[in-house]
Amino acid sequence: MWCVAVAAGSFRRYATYRVATAAGVFTNTVFGFIVAYTFVALWAERPHLGGYGQAQALTFVWTAQALLAAAALMGGGGLEELQERIRTGDVAVDLYRPADLQLWWLAADLGRAGMQLIGRGVVPMAVGALVFPLALPGDVLTWGWFLLSVLLGIVVSFGLRYLVALASFWLLDGSGLSMISGLACLFFSGMLLPLRVFPGGFGEVVQLLPWAAILQVPADVLIGVRTGGALLRGLVFQAAWGAALLALGRLVQSAATRRVVVHGG
Amino acid sequence: MTDSDGTGPEPLIDVRGIEKVFSVRRKAGRLRRVREEVRAVDGITFQVPRGEMVGYIGPNGAGKSTTIKMLTGILVPSGGRLRIAGIDPARERTRLARRIGVVFGQRTTLWWDLPLADSYELVRRMYRIPDAVYRANLERCVELLDLAPLLAVPVRQLSLGQRMRGDIAAALLHDPEVLYLDEPTIGLDVVSKAKVREFVREVNADRGTTVLLTTHDLTDIEQLCRRVMVIDHGRLVYDGALDGLRAAADGERTLVVDLERELPPIEGVPGARTVRVEGPRQWLVFPAAQSAAPLVTAVAERYPLVDLSLREPDVESLIAELYARGATRAEPGRTPDGQRAPA
Amino acid sequence: MADHDRWPAVREGWRTAAAQGLYAYGLIVRMWVRSTLAYRASFVMMAVGNFAACALDFVAILLMFSQIDALGGFTLPEVAFLYGTSGLSLGLADLLLGSMDRLGRRVRDGTLDVLLLRPAPVFAQVAADRFALRRLGRISQALLVLGWSVTRLDVDWTAGRLLLVVLMTVCGTAIFGAVFTTGAAFQFWAQDAAEVQNSFTYGGNALLQYPPTVFAKDLVRGVTFVVPLAFVNWLPALRLLGRPDPLGLPGWVDFLGPAVAALMCAGAALAWRYGLRGYRSTGS
Repeated sequence: MWCVAVAAGSFRRYATYRVATAAGVFTNTVFGFIVAYTFVALWAERPHLGGYGQAQALTFVWTAQALLAAAALMGGGGLEELQERIRTGDVAVDLYRPADLQLWWLAADLGRAGMQLIGRGVVPMAVGALVFPLALPGDVLTWGWFLLSVLLGIVVSFGLRYLVALASFWLLDGSGLSMISGLACLFFSGMLLPLRVFPGGFGEVVQLLPWAAILQVPADVLIGVRTGGALLRGLVFQAAWGAALLALGRLVQSAATRRVVVHGG
Repeated sequence: MTDSDGTGPEPLIDVRGIEKVFSVRRKAGRLRRVREEVRAVDGITFQVPRGEMVGYIGPNGAGKSTTIKMLTGILVPSGGRLRIAGIDPARERTRLARRIGVVFGQRTTLWWDLPLADSYELVRRMYRIPDAVYRANLERCVELLDLAPLLAVPVRQLSLGQRMRGDIAAALLHDPEVLYLDEPTIGLDVVSKAKVREFVREVNADRGTTVLLTTHDLTDIEQLCRRVMVIDHGRLVYDGALDGLRAAADGERTLVVDLERELPPIEGVPGARTVRVEGPRQWLVFPAAQSAAPLVTAVAERYPLVDLSLREPDVESLIAELYARGATRAEPGRTPDGQRAPA
Repeated sequence: MADHDRWPAVREGWRTAAAQGLYAYGLIVRMWVRSTLAYRASFVMMAVGNFAACALDFVAILLMFSQIDALGGFTLPEVAFLYGTSGLSLGLADLLLGSMDRLGRRVRDGTLDVLLLRPAPVFAQVAADRFALRRLGRISQALLVLGWSVTRLDVDWTAGRLLLVVLMTVCGTAIFGAVFTTGAAFQFWAQDAAEVQNSFTYGGNALLQYPPTVFAKDLVRGVTFVVPLAFVNWLPALRLLGRPDPLGLPGWVDFLGPAVAALMCAGAALAWRYGLRGYRSTGS
């Protein structure tokens, strides 16, 4: 199937950026250390903040660093290329291809994420586990649920970024929206601070937003605070946002296609 | 510095045995890597007097752009002596920059995101060009290169041909003594090419600007340069008049004969061989140095000849011939008036 | 090569290079500012975004302090003081030299060659290229936080103490500037390694905005003696806040900022020269 080929091609392409990957791993690890120490201080002050123990909080830090590139927590993730194609009008060619635009980019994004999960995720997580006492699960099954949750999170992340990219059909300069979307993801995914630590009603609302599906849910699955019914609810929550965003993407895409046809590209 | 203004007897561009050796790491086996020396430029010597327009050609990877990079001060030679208007490019890069203009066909020297006019304004200030000179030069370039409608457009939005014209103007605003043109017509349409050539010719004729031109398009050379230098494998294999290339390359001429009827390939004509037969028409090639008259006589004596025509070798095939013979027999050290490469 | 005419030329070269560099830097910066302001709406949006991106960091700190009273023994105004001083220094260095992390890309796509054709030092051209006024966002955000913390801190603000704040900002800017430059020089060899310097600039900033008591001693030693970022704000700020330094260094070390900054700038300049020389001899 062509989707697999696209994903594999994208995977291989990102595998060639070796120096950039090494540099990214280094940076992720450095940031991991810094945030980990602040969390140690924070949890020393409030031992059960957000329902996490210290080891769980530290696991959250390193999970966030490991997923940073794969789940494109700061935006980007290759969809700038689509944005550029829309801006230059090259996308008209893509729309006439038999392959569906959204599926094409989803496949490419999954390939990229797969590579970056391995290339940029494993080493920071391993370093974190060596230096800090992490609460990593011992059973394969939890790791399996975690990977599934990561996959769903990446789909949600893609859904959001795809919408942002498509907005370039209507916006003259998409960089502002990209920036806002990146910032929103950084903050509402829990990258800066776990959403469970957010105070009061605000804390409850942010856990319902789509960004919560990208990092908070997978991290909770790995840490072990989501098991049984909570695990299932988390996965359904992710899948629901993923489906909703992909459907919305479809809708916007068909509107954009009509626009291209009307304006002749 | 003696003769720092380049007006003395010293030629404007004086290159003596320059070399550029790169050390590259090559994969050898799974993990081992071997350091290897690549002599990109292997002892080149030439001089260009003020006001001359010289073509500099060679196949890809022959050392052309490495030479240009050394002449412009981007790269430092590994050996040899190099002076442009008395300046050593490696040591006084910024002083040299004020005296030369450079146009790269493949990349712009303009500020990509700024409107063309802003780029020129920056050039004016950065080169500290006197107002009167700047205005005169800009006006002239705008007029001759049709730049007026482009001045407000950011460089990244210009088409290749427009950008190239913009680049050429930028390179000339500070009245450079030497203009390096590296593939100035690459990717341009016929009209743009003609415009660029015309302008370069005029700059050379009016201003006496010395021009060194590298190109893949030999029409550029044929239309602009009387002197041509050919580089291959890092060595000059020819330096002399364009006309001299023929003799140097041992090119072949072609005699095309029309016979009365279809016949087997013509045989037995000394010095010539038949390379193609198409109905009654046949093609015979023979060395360029040989006279065609005895050949025609020989054919006419034995075959029913109706018509004939003689074709001179084109520059392209001559150069191909030069490359094919390789650089192994060439020696550096030809003077600019040397008529042929050593064989 | 004739060596007898070399040294006067080199000395003269140094003097003129500095003047040429400043001149060219000013020219290019002015041009970028003008062109930025031509698209005012877009500029405002990017500046606000820059401001917001930095502010979110501080919002995270505020959220932490909604759950606690002190972090590593430091109160919110104290952490805000560290945050503001570090952010201000980084913001200024980022504004002045932030485009240098594009060097690797310039080497890769060959546009560095173009800079070598112009009669101005390459450093000035690289530093000024794409001068981004939107980075005022970070600076103003840091200034706001710093201003707030100064009014809340229990410190007697004498002229001397205020001067120390100014001095540490200048030195901090120089130190971060040296890191930007060294990182760019590193990209002469590793063209795709632009992200490494983020560890030291943005990562360093993330580190310095928290109290040193939060971090492991070895990490604090590392940023004091190896990559001396601690001189950006930690050491002088601890003195201002009347706190002991976790490494127990002698008191005069707190005032070494200018010397450390000068040393780092000299090192960065050497790295840059070495990198550029390497580029000019290998073309890559």
